[in-house]
Amino acid sequence: MSLSYLLRRILLVFLIIWSAATLNFFIPKITPRNPLREKLMEQASRSGYIPPGFEEMVKSYEKKFGLDQPVWKQYLTYMNDMAHFNLGYSISNFPKTVPELIGQAIWWTIGLLTATTLISFFLGTLLGALMAWSRSSFIFRQVVPSLLVLGAVPPFIVGLLLIYLVAFKWQLLPLGGAYDTTNLPTWDISFFLDILKHSILPALAFILTTAGGWAIGMRGMMVTVQGEDYMTFAEAKGLKNWRLFYKYAVRNALLPQITGLAISFSYIVGGSVLVESVFRYPGLGSLLATAIRQLDYFLIYGIVFILIVAIGIAMFIVDLIYPLLDPRIAYEGK
Amino acid sequence: MTVQSVSTQSLPLPARNGEVSGLRNALRYLRRNRQLAIGLGILVFLILFSGIGFFLVDKNTAYALGAPAGKAPSWEHPFGTDGQGRELLAVAVFGIWETLRIGFIAGLIGLGFGSFLGFSSAFFGGWYDVVVRWVVDVLLTVPGLLILVVIASTLDNKSFTLTRMALIIALTAWMGPARTVRAQVLTMRERPYVMMARLNGMNSWGIIFRELVPNLLPYLGASLVGSVTGAIFATVGLAGLGLGPLREPTIGVTIYWAMGQNALLRGMWWWLMMPILTTILMFVMLFLVSAGLDELANPRVRKTI
Repeated sequence: MSLSYLLRRILLVFLIIWSAATLNFFIPKITPRNPLREKLMEQASRSGYIPPGFEEMVKSYEKKFGLDQPVWKQYLTYMNDMAHFNLGYSISNFPKTVPELIGQAIWWTIGLLTATTLISFFLGTLLGALMAWSRSSFIFRQVVPSLLVLGAVPPFIVGLLLIYLVAFKWQLLPLGGAYDTTNLPTWDISFFLDILKHSILPALAFILTTAGGWAIGMRGMMVTVQGEDYMTFAEAKGLKNWRLFYKYAVRNALLPQITGLAISFSYIVGGSVLVESVFRYPGLGSLLATAIRQLDYFLIYGIVFILIVAIGIAMFIVDLIYPLLDPRIAYEGK
Repeated sequence: MTVQSVSTQSLPLPARNGEVSGLRNALRYLRRNRQLAIGLGILVFLILFSGIGFFLVDKNTAYALGAPAGKAPSWEHPFGTDGQGRELLAVAVFGIWETLRIGFIAGLIGLGFGSFLGFSSAFFGGWYDVVVRWVVDVLLTVPGLLILVVIASTLDNKSFTLTRMALIIALTAWMGPARTVRAQVLTMRERPYVMMARLNGMNSWGIIFRELVPNLLPYLGASLVGSVTGAIFATVGLAGLGLGPLREPTIGVTIYWAMGQNALLRGMWWWLMMPILTTILMFVMLFLVSAGLDELANPRVRKTI
């Protein structure tokens, strides 16, 4: 792997994380709202009158939180906190810190998204390859392409439709959540099956809407690859059909798909927030929806920050795998 | 598929010689480009639905307590009414209109700013280009929805109008167009007709407006549809999460209330059905128009969907 490629990728991840943190710092600063004053005002109005020393109280709190410092100093302190994942306390679940709450939720999100992204990627890519392959059956060439229009609809809308049809009308699967609330979380097979049952619909909402995109990309590349001379030559040598398909066509058409995978993380994560909240799946998306309802600012900023960091890291991993698959990049610059 | 595409490819593109009888050519082209035709058809239908609906429904019934609550679809309430007493037909009429309006305002601003950046960075190159490219690359990897969540959560609901929502969404709608336009200008800059114009002594602005912009139009159209799609996704998504003006009757807000008030558990499936079907219609429309414009932009890429 060439050094300049690696350095460029590291710089990109760093810039993504830095801009996420900076965003979280500056956007609240430029709005006219003052969460501190609002919270104190809320407390004061609950007791019925505004105490005479109210302004001094706001000032003293601002001093306590370091808000009287110049902005650049606040920014440095903030960046230091971010670097240590010191994301502050949740306002609505007070003794709990933001990292604690995120730590409980993040594994659900990672589990759901990893599984669905991989399934959707491989399923879509395979379908796309079969759609372009002139020797595949009528179903792949005519019927499957008409399903691609599903990819136009956002995942959470398809999720709502699935909830209505499968969970509400036909009552085949649960309406939402990650496991039956009567089922105590234990590490046995029935609990595992319960989790699986609850995650089918959210996963399906994702797979149905994203597999089409992979299929379209793959079909385009397969059409190009099939026109190459080495394909004609391989065919003339009398190679078997499956060998032509997998070793010659798919292997070469696959590379741009991997680049697409790295780019799509932002869409996947953005979409997952809504899918989770629709299904009340206990991941970061639902946590974010709850935080928004309760105006829990630190929790909102913390989740946004962590999600963006996760996207950056996932992209970086794919970027590291890519040169292993494409020798042209691995040797560039050596 | 290959046989078909060869036969259609050899026909002249009406967009190019469209001055003679533009409308007739456009109609003839639409007959061939079925995706574009169906997509535009749905768009016209949605606009007519809202436009005619404005005169037939009472706007007050689109707000809470404007109608009897929780009525199933019937002759009197075609789409039913929701649990808080909104006439869902009226919500659909105003919601579709507002959603499309927000989408187009944000999309147009995004397209304008994005193509300016893409154009200038491809044309001038150098450090400016490097900076623009990095900024676009970084911002494209950050989900726009999350940026919007941070921004929208810092605004209070009272000062939050739908137009302001459109302006905020426009903040995340320019990166896509910037990247597309930059890539296209980079390839077009080296085309023979641009060289020819340069050799003939045409100045930079002349080349930009006489040679590049006309050839970019189909790409700009496709980019616009992309930004509009993103913007509509953002408005429905933000409202679905409970951000933005929650009092206004929009499609996303209806989803928010239907989910928050357990519409399905209360048996009011129609409360959820209206926003689901209208959103699907809007997104399928955008998808078809975008696929159709793709074909217009580069006729060599034939898609059979």
